[in-house]
Amino acid sequence: MVTLNTLAAFALAYVGLLFGVAFVAERAARRGRGRWLRAPLVYTLSLSIYCTAWTFYGAVGSAVRTGFEYLTIYLGPSLVMIGWWWVLRKLVLVGRSQRITSVADLISSRYGKSNLLGVGVTILALVGTTPYIALQLQSVTLSVGVFAHPGEAREAGDATALYVAMGLALFTVIFGTRNLDANERHHGVVMAIAVESVVKLTALLAVGVFVTWGVMGGIGGTLERIDASELGQVRMDGGRWVGLTLLSGMALLCLPRMFQVMVVENDSDAQLRVASWAFPLYLMLMSLFIVPIAVAGLELLPAGANPDLFVLTVPLSQGQDALAVLSFLGGFSSATSMVIVAAIAVSTMVSNHIVMPLWLRTRGPGASVSGDVRDVVMLSRRLSIIGVLLLGYLYYRTSGGGAALATIGLVSFVGISQVLPAMLGGLFWRGATHVGALAGLTVGFVLWLYTLFLPSFGEGVILPRAVFDAGLFGLGWLRPHALFGLEGLDPLMHALMWSIALNAVTFFAASLVSFPSPLERLQGAQFVSIELTPGPTRSWSGGPAEVEDLMIMTQRILGAGEAQALFAAEARRQGLEGNLPDPSPDFLETLERKLSGSVGAATAHAMVGQIVGGMSVSVEDLMAVADETAQMMEYSARLEAQSKELARTAAQLRSANDKLTRLSVQKDAFLSQISHELRTPMTSIRAFSEILRDGEGLSAEAASKYASIIHDEALRLTRLLDDLLDLSVLENGQVSLNVRSGLLSELLDRAIASARSDEDGQALRILRDPAAERVWISTDLDRLAQVFINLVSNARKYCDAPVPELRIRVGQAGGRLTVDFIDNGSGIAAEARDVIFEKFARVSDREAGGAGLGLAISRQIVTRLGGEISYLADEAGAAFRIELPLDIAMAAR
Amino acid sequence: MNGHVLLIEDEPNIIEAISFILSREGWRVDTHSQGSDAVEHVRRTGPDVLILDAMLPGRSGFDILRDLRDDPEMSALPILMLTARGQSKDREQAERAGVSRFMTKPFSNAEVLDAVRALSEA
Repeated sequence: MVTLNTLAAFALAYVGLLFGVAFVAERAARRGRGRWLRAPLVYTLSLSIYCTAWTFYGAVGSAVRTGFEYLTIYLGPSLVMIGWWWVLRKLVLVGRSQRITSVADLISSRYGKSNLLGVGVTILALVGTTPYIALQLQSVTLSVGVFAHPGEAREAGDATALYVAMGLALFTVIFGTRNLDANERHHGVVMAIAVESVVKLTALLAVGVFVTWGVMGGIGGTLERIDASELGQVRMDGGRWVGLTLLSGMALLCLPRMFQVMVVENDSDAQLRVASWAFPLYLMLMSLFIVPIAVAGLELLPAGANPDLFVLTVPLSQGQDALAVLSFLGGFSSATSMVIVAAIAVSTMVSNHIVMPLWLRTRGPGASVSGDVRDVVMLSRRLSIIGVLLLGYLYYRTSGGGAALATIGLVSFVGISQVLPAMLGGLFWRGATHVGALAGLTVGFVLWLYTLFLPSFGEGVILPRAVFDAGLFGLGWLRPHALFGLEGLDPLMHALMWSIALNAVTFFAASLVSFPSPLERLQGAQFVSIELTPGPTRSWSGGPAEVEDLMIMTQRILGAGEAQALFAAEARRQGLEGNLPDPSPDFLETLERKLSGSVGAATAHAMVGQIVGGMSVSVEDLMAVADETAQMMEYSARLEAQSKELARTAAQLRSANDKLTRLSVQKDAFLSQISHELRTPMTSIRAFSEILRDGEGLSAEAASKYASIIHDEALRLTRLLDDLLDLSVLENGQVSLNVRSGLLSELLDRAIASARSDEDGQALRILRDPAAERVWISTDLDRLAQVFINLVSNARKYCDAPVPELRIRVGQAGGRLTVDFIDNGSGIAAEARDVIFEKFARVSDREAGGAGLGLAISRQIVTRLGGEISYLADEAGAAFRIELPLDIAMAAR
Repeated sequence: MNGHVLLIEDEPNIIEAISFILSREGWRVDTHSQGSDAVEHVRRTGPDVLILDAMLPGRSGFDILRDLRDDPEMSALPILMLTARGQSKDREQAERAGVSRFMTKPFSNAEVLDAVRALSEA
């Protein structure tokens, strides 16, 4: 008979062994001698935490109750593992490359780093895992109870559960939080649970072998007895088989503890490749002797014995104490390994998605850069672990153990499987959005709570009995076990179907109608189109090829000279021949800093990481690169805009300068002209006045002639000055028009008379049309007369016909008047016509007394009067047309 | 009897004034008022001193000056140039082209006489 003390000693020794294993593994890993820790076999064995105490003990019980149905729990995961290429590989790869730390992290990262989703999944995981931990504690106390009270299915008492919980907390805190980076491998833990999985398999196989050959007399006898037993008669429920297989397969992907060992602790595809056949093999071995043990239990033990403990009680009943202790250790292993890993996984989520965000929020901005974060993260992890285990223990205590826990395994499975649509959608469908994930999860979670979790406590415990009978709020279609009127289904299948189906549909629909944020889009692309066949990973201590790559990259960024100098200096510092240093971490850091000066920190990190680490670039890195690129682009766009602006300004300046130069040339020409026009008469005046003053040899006749020349030239000067002033006033627009009405004929009379009084001119015959001239015009009559005088005088001065004639032709149309002045001379040469209205544009060689300002002034005046003056090229002689409104006031309107 | 002066000028009053003062001092004065055939006229008449206006109808005095200085026979001819434009760059232009004297209108009669006398004696 095994005493409790013996059992306790064995258990303690076993726990001591586990501590030792974990310690050795951690030390080996730290010293870089841990290749064996990454062996695919270790990975595979660690996956066996899938087989918890619930499977270790419960499978036999399940076989007793429902025949071969327990196989489904092994079948689902086996199928997923065998088909690893399609789903698992991608999940693991994404997890590895994105440094995913948990299911919550995966979902949150995929959907734009939404912490809300992270919190949601964490709560789901917590709610799903807590009863499961309670279940493990219960199984340990039950198994201890078997030894404490032989023959009775009684629990050993709360103390056992508490001690176990505390011990597990201690182990988990020690080995689960050694590293700050949750993504780093927990080699000690993994090794310990690998050992545990060997123990539990050995124990189960030992019991099985004993039962088969020791009790039933070999395989033949065993098969006969199975056929004879009631197990053979249990009818297979096809729907439940499919459903349970599906469920356990989904759970394998979603369970936090499975995610921890399968994804987070994964190192390479090789591990997965081996596990894809080795893990199903392990599960097969685990399930091999379940039925024989069940049959043996039913035969050997008194009716009413708890079939969930057959694994222990059968050896005990046969006096096989050692075997019973081994079996106990197997169950103990199953329970503890599950609790440890689940505690690490869930506490990571709680710490990362609930505790740390809250802490950071209370600390305000800046906390994340202070030095004490590391300690806070550690503390948060540890407290979370203790909290999770405490929660499990409390749940165990309050639920009172017993039947309430029996079904909790599958209930948990369904709960945690609600993550699946968001997870698979996130991995394979770019269109999946944050809104879709949140909506799907919420719907699935609520349905699970309502149709499975809450009812699992029993009718009338949490949900009132009335709800089961009549539905929520008395709505029949809201009955938890017959949702939407779907009756007659197994409650588990009912809940599974509704929650997963509506979860998936909601997820899909909400994703379709919502738009992903840019970060989500980027993350989605990262997750969905991850490179599935990455090249071999290179270590940090790579060969010279790597250094050359670094060199080439550095040259591109810093330029050949600086890059070579940098590398050569480092090589000298390291005491190496040649110009290529070893890529030591120090050097890489220096290099990264150097590069970041040119391309930005994130880009530099990503580039160095790509070459040296062989690590894939994380989304954060990419985002930072994108940010930097955007900043550079913005900067260059700004520069471009500035340079365009400058070019525009330069063009404006150039054109202004051209204009000024042109104006300056024109001004020079004008001044030069004025100078000439003023100095010429002044020359005559001075010369003749000196001659007159000297009086020497001067006849009276000559004296008189010279005096009149002086007089004429003085008048010429005066006219010139008058014209200049007039033009200046006209050009500057400071003219006030004196508008009056008058007859055109009278105006012409006045102008002709005035022009005739000019003594310079020759005799000119003027032809007029008195009838046409009887037009009343309303304008500045004096100014118009000035124009007429100018035109008549020009004819008198310049008409070169033998008998000069000037015809004045008047016409009117549409409120406008035309007055043409056409002489019978040879006219103005075609090439000169363009310039005649310019200042000083005298085209005639003949000196005729004008300063060349007349037409320029005339054009200014006519323009002021709202009209136009033009040269009529079609006429034989010189011909000018004045065209202007009959009434300047009307025209202005 | 002084020498022969050719005056090329288009302003009749100025022609009259200069002719009067030079003739009174015993110079023989020829006048010409066109720019276009001025160079031929100078060659044909062969004056001792040439008085040349800068602005002439048909051809500018500067062009005439350059042509005369390019001609070996005329390169030593004393030339007094008159201008009414009064800009310093005209003077520079004329001096570069080899003018003997440059004078801005209006001038005093004595100045012109002195200049012509000096040029004929040089």
